[in-house]
Amino acid sequence: MVRFEDVTLRYGQGPEILTRLSFHLEPGSFHFLVGPSGAGKSSLLKLLYLGQQPSGGRISLFGRDVARLGRDQRALLRRRIGVVFQDFRLVEHLSVFDNVALPLRLAGEREQGLRRKVEELLSWVGLAEQLQAAPETLSGGQQQRVAIARAVVGRPNLLVADEPTGNVDDRIGQRLMHLFQELHRNGTTVVLATHNEAMVRRLGQPVLRIDQGRLRLEGGSSPAEEARE
Amino acid sequence: MRKLGRRDLPLSGDASARFLPWLIAFMVFLAALALVGAEALRQTAERWDGGLSGRFTVQLPPAADPDPAAEESRIDLVLAQLRGIQGIREIEVLDRAAAAALLEPWLGDAAADPALPLPVLIGVRHAGDAGRAAAEARARLAEALPEARVDDHRGWLGGLLDLTRGLEMLALFLLLLVGAAAVVTVVFVTRTGLAVHRPVIELLHLMGARDGQVAGRFQAHAFRLGLAGGLLGLAAAGLCWLALDWAVGPSTAALLPPLRPGPRLLVSLALLPLAAALVARTTARITVMRTLARMP
Repeated sequence: MVRFEDVTLRYGQGPEILTRLSFHLEPGSFHFLVGPSGAGKSSLLKLLYLGQQPSGGRISLFGRDVARLGRDQRALLRRRIGVVFQDFRLVEHLSVFDNVALPLRLAGEREQGLRRKVEELLSWVGLAEQLQAAPETLSGGQQQRVAIARAVVGRPNLLVADEPTGNVDDRIGQRLMHLFQELHRNGTTVVLATHNEAMVRRLGQPVLRIDQGRLRLEGGSSPAEEARE
Repeated sequence: MRKLGRRDLPLSGDASARFLPWLIAFMVFLAALALVGAEALRQTAERWDGGLSGRFTVQLPPAADPDPAAEESRIDLVLAQLRGIQGIREIEVLDRAAAAALLEPWLGDAAADPALPLPVLIGVRHAGDAGRAAAEARARLAEALPEARVDDHRGWLGGLLDLTRGLEMLALFLLLLVGAAAVVTVVFVTRTGLAVHRPVIELLHLMGARDGQVAGRFQAHAFRLGLAGGLLGLAAAGLCWLALDWAVGPSTAALLPPLRPGPRLLVSLALLPLAAALVARTTARITVMRTLARMP
């Protein structure tokens, strides 16, 4: 599903943010990504959702070497990845409904089909009453739920989320985690970056711990071992 | 591949985009005037060239002794030589009264003074190559009447035609310059649009939008603005042309006869707005694709 081989990342001529990372995520696996601020979590996520090219090494997604793909092929690969950004990145001029429908529309899904999917999902995350609301009128927690709905609406093969429960109360947080686990049970590979160690312990899923640009797997085989499998 | 909708990437509200139709209108206006100017110059050159082609003139300088009988015999001698040239269609001797009438606007009544030494002008029309016929006339008269001068008008007409064609080239160069300015303007507006909408474009890119989908939105927008501006500019040029024709037409008709717009000019003018729209569309597409190529 996801294979990193000696992947290094540096921005411009700066220092290495990520140093020779090698790991392999099985299809349908669930991993938390934890580490102190500035450790490289967001940079690793960027590499996962093809928002950044590595400075060195090789990344394979869905069995395909990303560096060898053309731009259109890479775009098609991105459609199989759902991303929850830490800053939500909702489109201000679009309604909640249109924000969530955006990935489906990009993929060419018909309006009739996508309407049902979007409304169901927004209802599930508790935003059924805000379909036509502008994102700026929503609270931080509500915006986060819209961002999550947008990331999962296309039933992605890989879900990458950066602090997806950071702005919501415990009840909504648990509901959203339930959604991620549901996706995971249906075969989606989930990588979820968080600072919430209590939640990580409670759910007992494997943890990718990153510190000073290096990665360590907890609660599973080591990243290097997985890479060799 | 689904196209991005206007709602997905709302370019219409951009301040820079609001000016684009006006800028393109101005450029199409200039381009239309340049086209019309080039065509007017081409027609004028053709008219001058056509009017004098197949003609040459023999000039007999005034004799030292103004004896009418002697002058008559000089004219007869010239006519005899000219009639010996094959292909001569018409010979017209400009008599003294006609020559005086030509000079009258400059000399006034003095032009009619019988003491005024006036050359005798003999106009010749030839059915074929007037240049060659003039050369033959020059050779024949060199022996028979060495003081006679043969002028096939090529000297001054050539210079005038060169000037006209130079101005025509200048008008076409202006057209190219206007096209280049339109390209630069569209590049600027497109880049501004890309900068303004960068967060949304990045998001669409990360969601799997193909470069062509994003570029398609910009190029459709540029095409619409280009076409609107082009039509506006063409309409303004049409009004300007009519006004100019009305204001100065009759007084300059002798020097610059009114333009007769042929099908080539009309088609070129009609295609100007479409050309402007296509230039805007293509420029926007290339600009967006090159910018997106820098994204991972």
